[in-house]
This record gives sequence, C-alpha cells and structure tokens, in this order.
Amino acid sequence: MGATQTLKYPELADTPALVNHLLDQIDRLITTHKLDQPLVIGIHTGGVWLAKVIAEHIQAPLGQLDIAFYRDDFSKNGLHPQVSPSSLPFNINDRHVLLVDDVLMSGRTVRAAMNELFDFGRPASIKLITLCSVNQRELPIQADACALTLDLDVGQYLQLEGPEILKLSIIEHANHD
Amino acid sequence: MTNLANLQLTERGELRHFLTPEGLDRLMLERILDTADSFVVVGNQEVKKVPLLRGRTVVNLFFENSTRTRSTFELAAKRLSADVLTLDIKTSATSKGESLLDTLQNLRAMHSDMFVVRHGDSGAAHFIASQVTPDVAIINAGDGRHAHPTQAMLDMLTIRRHKGQFEPLSVAIVGDILHSRVARDQIHALKTLGCSDIRLVGPNTLMPQGIESMGVTTHKTMDSGIDSVDVVIMLRLQTERMECAFLPSAGEYFRLYGLTTKRLAQAKPDAIVMHPGPINRGIEIESAVADGPQSMILNQVGYGIALRMAVMSMAMSGQMQQRQAHANNPPGLIGEQRS
Repeated sequence: MGATQTLKYPELADTPALVNHLLDQIDRLITTHKLDQPLVIGIHTGGVWLAKVIAEHIQAPLGQLDIAFYRDDFSKNGLHPQVSPSSLPFNINDRHVLLVDDVLMSGRTVRAAMNELFDFGRPASIKLITLCSVNQRELPIQADACALTLDLDVGQYLQLEGPEILKLSIIEHANHD
Repeated sequence: MTNLANLQLTERGELRHFLTPEGLDRLMLERILDTADSFVVVGNQEVKKVPLLRGRTVVNLFFENSTRTRSTFELAAKRLSADVLTLDIKTSATSKGESLLDTLQNLRAMHSDMFVVRHGDSGAAHFIASQVTPDVAIINAGDGRHAHPTQAMLDMLTIRRHKGQFEPLSVAIVGDILHSRVARDQIHALKTLGCSDIRLVGPNTLMPQGIESMGVTTHKTMDSGIDSVDVVIMLRLQTERMECAFLPSAGEYFRLYGLTTKRLAQAKPDAIVMHPGPINRGIEIESAVADGPQSMILNQVGYGIALRMAVMSMAMSGQMQQRQAHANNPPGLIGEQRS
C-alpha cells in the first residue's frame, strides 16, 4: 500500500530523520522570529506525541488540545466517540505558541484548534508546526515549519504511529474522518 | 417499560435520548463520564463555551419546579452554544387547557432539536421519547419517583474523579430511598460500572420492599451502613414526608440518620460525602460535615454542568446521525423528516 508514493518520497522511510529535520527548522524559526519562551501545544493524538519531542528539544512547557468539541463536522459525523480532555497547564495570554500536528491536510483541524486556543486566552502569536503536509488544503492555512510536503492519491492518508517510536506511513481506506 | 436500551440508542448504538442509566452498558456509561471529564476542562477556560450545538434549539420543559436542575441544564445548553428556551409549563399554555401533546407538537413545529423534560409523573420522558417526538432528543431531568439520570451520573462522575475505579468501592446511600427518584438510577449506574458493595441506609418506612433484589444490602442503622465505606451519598429528606407519618420528627431523624462528624469517622478516613442539594442542615447533615474537607457538595454542582453538557451533546450527535441515516427514507419512519 502506498508503494508508489514511498518510492516517490524516500524520506517517508526514515521518520527519525524527518523529526530531526523538523527540529532544525523549529530552532531556526525561534531564532528568526525571536520567539521568547514559547509554549508547545500538540493536537490529540499524533500531534501530542510530536509536541512532546519538540518540547523536550527546546525545553518548553507542553500542553495538549483535543479539538472534538470544535470540529466543523459535528452535524455530519457527530461527536467523536473518544474525547480526551484538553490540558493547558499554563496561561497562554501574550505567549508565543508553537501549535503542533502530525499531518496537515485539509487545514480544518488547525482551524478548530485555533478556535479552541482563543477560548483559553489571547496568545501573542501562533506558529504552525507539522511533520508532514499533504497538498489537499481546503482552508487558507500553511505550516511555518514542515519536514516534508507531498501529494497523495485519492483514498490515501498519512498516519503517525507512536507514542514511543514515531513512524509515519501511508494508509489507504475509503472513509477517513 | 421494556427495551429501555433500544429507545435510548440509535441503530448504530449511539445515544439519542437519555432517560435512565438502566439498560445502558458499561461502555456507554463510561463514554458519558469520559466526555463529561473533557467538559469539566471547558468550565476552566477563559471562554467557558464550545460551539458544538450552535444553531440548535434546546427547550427546557419543566412541568414541576426545580430551580437548581433547571439552571444547570440551561447553563449547560448555553455553554454548548445552543439557543435555549425555558418553559415553566405550569404557567404556560397547559394551564389554558392545551394538552401536553399539542404543546409538544407546537414546540416541534418550531424546529426544536432537544427537549429537557422534568415531570411529576413517572415515565413522562419515556412517553414523549417513544410516542410523541422520537425525532427530537429527549433528556430526562427527573420524572416522578422513577428516574433522575443526570443527577445519578453526575454522582458517578464525582466518585470516579475522586475515587477512581468503582470495583473496590463501598458506597452507602442514606435517607429516603422510597421516595427518591435518584436512588434507583444510582444503583443501576453503580452496578453497571462494577461497584459490588452498595448499601442502602434508612428507616423501614422509607425503604422500598424487595429492593435487595437489585443487588444491594439494606441497613437500619448508620453504624452498620457506613462502616468503612469509601463514599456516603446523603439523599435529601423531603420535609413534607414528615406530615405523612413516614417519620416521627426532624430531630428524631437527625439523631438516627443525620451525618455528623462523629458518625463520618466510622467511614474510611478518606471517604467522600455527597448530597444532591439543597441540603437541610441539621436534618440530614451537620454543617461541619457539609462544609468540611470530605464534602463534595459544591464540586458536584460544577460536575453537574459538565455531565449535562456531555449527555446533551451525545444525544444530539446520535439524533442527528439517525436523521441523516433516514434522510432518504419515506416520511413517517422516525416522524416527519426535516431539511
């Protein structure tokens, strides 16, 4: 499954290298934009795993968001059966936030996450960090740091396995939500 | 009232009405508690609101007074971003002779999505869900002596958040079991969630006959009832019961069943004390206990909002999916189809 893409994007075979590449980008991002004492916030679930690695790397506090209550498809798909509490053990007012998701695709998850973030306070800035970006955006949202950008066929999705060992792979199924 | 599970669940097993914990499996009750846990966090946000029920209309139908339950349901619906209409039916059209059926049909015609029903007659919410408006999500906010499921589930949420798993716990429910609409639901929920030591404590006159068949033990004295328990749930004593000779006097009741600091010492040292409110100080419970460190009474209020947000959003979710599943079917299957 996804063999053609794996050949086309050999980087997919080495997730740790992708993560290191992303960490380098984040270091540069923090320096360039002079992000003083940033906060790292991961989006449940894959984004949280990745955010943990980033928070350890830059020695920053870690928070997590479950966007189930902020999704735009409640009327269509209902409430996600497994909701886990969002946890931001800090005040985000006037702070620089690194918002982390494993894969950026339609942009809808990020929109929901930003809506939720603003219900916790008014951050000074938000930078979007993603391991991988798929060229299927439905909203005008782009990543500030991203290790790999790729095209996928219809029915193909990227999935991050974790949390101990992070492994990015292409999966195929018809009804991905 | 057969097939309680079927009435409350969609064909896919999702919640679409919430009438009683009876008939719902452990997984569903745990999902309700998990979802409520996430809503507790929303209560701590700067903006205590989520957009889930934006554009939906929730009607609180209160056929009997209950300021506390009504206000927490209203707040829960508002925190879900729903439009909320609260009708005190006693002062509205029914007192002008309009039947319950006509009132409901009118509200349905206004494209209401959810009714929160409080009624003095047992089974009222079931009747509305099964007969009248099956395509509107019904939440039971207390019916007669039968059920008060959101109160029971907020008690479960309180227990789980402060005591963890239910299996090893001993829970005492103290007071007027006979007239309590919540005790039955508490027993159903506790059993389903795995609690095996459930003790009912109260005088014979307030203990339903044959209640032991629900898998509980009954105790006439506090000494045996709350000995080494982890949780003490005090029920509210309805003072009007005094007039019906169920009880000798308030003073006598407090002497026998009132929760005092001295009595509470018989429970485990870290036992928690719960009460649905409003509390009768000096009748069911001593002020020192009600305001003491083991009291969960004020925590319960906050959890009550989160729990109600959970069942409202889950039932709305199930109801909308059910409507979608039937969207292409001929009208009449689940009532009139709406665009």
